Amino acid sequence: MSATFVGMPAFPVAARTALADTQLRANLAHATGTIRAKRAKVVAEVDNWEELRLAAAGIKDNTLLHLEEHLVRLEESLTRQGAVVHWARDAAEACTIVADVAKSHGVDEVVKVKSMATGEIELNEALAKEGIAAWETDLAELIVQLGDDLPSHILVPAIHRNRAEIREIFLSHMAAAGRPAPDDLTDEPARLADAARLHLREKFLRAKVGVSGANFAVADSGTLVVVESEGNGRMCLTLPEVLVTVVGIEKIVPTWADLDVFLQLLPRSSTGERMNPYTSTWSGVTPGDGPQEVHVVLLDNGRTRALADDVGRQALRCIRCSACLNVCPVYERTGGHAYGSVYPGPIGAILNPLLKGVGVDAQTDSLPYASSLCGACFEACPVRIDIPSVLVDLRAQVVDSHRGDRFPKAEALAMKATALAFGSGGRLGAAEKASGLVGRLLGGGGRRRLPGGRKLLGRLPGPGAAWTDARDLPTPPAESFRAWWKRTGGRG
Amino acid sequence: MRVALMVTCVNDAMFPDTGKAVVRLLRRLGVDVDFPTGQTCCGQPMVNTGYLDEAVPVVRTFVHAFAGYDAVVTPSGSCAGSARHQHSIVARRSGDAGLEKAVAEVSPNVYELSEFLVDVLGVADVGAYFPHTITYHPTCHSLRMLGVGDRPMRLLRQVRGMRIKELPAAEQCCGFGGTFALKNSDTSVAMGNDKARHVGETGAEILVAGDNSCLMHIGGMLSRQRSGVRVMHLAEVLASTEDADPPMHPVEAHPVDASRSDIGGRV
Repeated sequence: MSATFVGMPAFPVAARTALADTQLRANLAHATGTIRAKRAKVVAEVDNWEELRLAAAGIKDNTLLHLEEHLVRLEESLTRQGAVVHWARDAAEACTIVADVAKSHGVDEVVKVKSMATGEIELNEALAKEGIAAWETDLAELIVQLGDDLPSHILVPAIHRNRAEIREIFLSHMAAAGRPAPDDLTDEPARLADAARLHLREKFLRAKVGVSGANFAVADSGTLVVVESEGNGRMCLTLPEVLVTVVGIEKIVPTWADLDVFLQLLPRSSTGERMNPYTSTWSGVTPGDGPQEVHVVLLDNGRTRALADDVGRQALRCIRCSACLNVCPVYERTGGHAYGSVYPGPIGAILNPLLKGVGVDAQTDSLPYASSLCGACFEACPVRIDIPSVLVDLRAQVVDSHRGDRFPKAEALAMKATALAFGSGGRLGAAEKASGLVGRLLGGGGRRRLPGGRKLLGRLPGPGAAWTDARDLPTPPAESFRAWWKRTGGRG
Repeated sequence: MRVALMVTCVNDAMFPDTGKAVVRLLRRLGVDVDFPTGQTCCGQPMVNTGYLDEAVPVVRTFVHAFAGYDAVVTPSGSCAGSARHQHSIVARRSGDAGLEKAVAEVSPNVYELSEFLVDVLGVADVGAYFPHTITYHPTCHSLRMLGVGDRPMRLLRQVRGMRIKELPAAEQCCGFGGTFALKNSDTSVAMGNDKARHVGETGAEILVAGDNSCLMHIGGMLSRQRSGVRVMHLAEVLASTEDADPPMHPVEAHPVDASRSDIGGRV
């Protein structure tokens, strides 16, 4: 796969391209609309949904508070059951660990369970450099990989594609990756799934090494958990002789009782199902059954940085359900690629800056602003991440990181000037008199009126053009409210 | 009860009729509302753009203006949300314990208009008469930050002579989002366009909401699209009576002219 998020432009620029893609807009509106309705229906069935959300947030917060203890316990229980535990500080270390395991078995290919963490560390690209092909086996990931495309959704990476496009991708690219698609392939979902099944089965049966992520890691029993819909994950987890699992250190829950809460929340929030079809769990090596060599890579890659952020650390509660993407009005229109990361949408808008740090690159710094702060994400989040508050805090961090700049941005100067005008009622009154005068000058003489009758202001220059480009604006009134109050005592 | 009107900077400078409507409405309901002239802005434009230091003097001006009132009423869900949820963050950042204390005293007294009417005054029928067909957009901050719930609709349902059409996808954001409308104007406009389309689908003459900033955005698009639909603040609807229907083209003293007929006439 040569497609990469590296070098993506800042969100407003990337969004412009996406917004012009009518097929993308139509696909996303349909897909997010469908999944939103499904989620709303099954969430409404659960009487104690709010209690579950509170419990989940509490479990995650408590676990993060004592993260070190829980991780050490996880390592002990995994090791006791025959797994090899590795610690990776960053993406490079994690990729090297996985590549070394693969190389030690002399393989030139691995099969993969869909995994956000391996996407985050760009494992496939790292393995390719070592001459090892990493085959994605999740249907949507397969579509993305074959199309030399990028994922655009946490749960449904190919949400931006419709079935006609998928048929085209299968017909054009499957042959180069293994078993070709049948020539008479149609765009019927069952036919597409069948083509994928035959293509993938060949890979499952051949592969010696499997690579996965994990939705949860239970510390006391040393159990890794993968939650999925297709069963392809279970094939990867059980058929190969060797299994390597890359898991973010925030995925830990202390006990099986804690897991119970999340297994109720996750399927309803993500796919809108009461229960997901496949929940696979494994604790180290089971002699004679499944992979006989099991590795677990515990990944930091910025998570401890996020943990140190007082406001932002709640993002580490995330269970990657994607409910926030599906309800987000921004995501629905721009799709995931505009966020420039495997983590798109509202959670991506906070998680990427938290993992990478702000003030370093313009793309990351643009993400906290990629939101109208409407709050739909917070309302939908099963672990109660207050995404709008984290976004606002990150915006402050972005601004603060530029306070020492030699040439402040026009926006910074405008904010200082506005703050000055807002410093007293008298100063604001003077500014309003000026704007009323400007309104009378610009709004005069036979121009169009807004519905309701107010006179229209002409197109604005400079930054104001971003407003008047698509929206009319009334002329400022001749008399502000405060001037009216002063004149009439509020009895005009 | 000492009640202050927090008119908001947007209403003060751009939509004074909304402030006048609140005054008229509250006086009709027997509340002698005051307008502390030291007030300016809640500081949300700075806070939501990341300029917290710049918001400190604005919040200081705010608490100074509104100290000592039992209730501060504002015709904006967003600005009420800013005062109740963000002022403490700004105060903490300032390191000024006095400001933190002042914010803790003032911000719980801030009410969005429908909250004040329903929760404090305990009224649903405010005696309004408005013979028009409207649709109502629940603005995000009133809905999700303040949790005003169905209070605005409870008030609107009591308005005599008015027909209410249900707005499709009502709870989805209009795309205004403060400086989002400028920094991500393309996405903002894409969202606003869908909202304007849904408004058009209702066949209503007027779109009503509790935040003029959102209405400036949606109304600006409705106007550009020559939709013939106008926007109006909740306060202006509730202030209307048989004797005091709001003027057709507010804030201008000109007599009604012929150009009115092609831009959405009255029923």
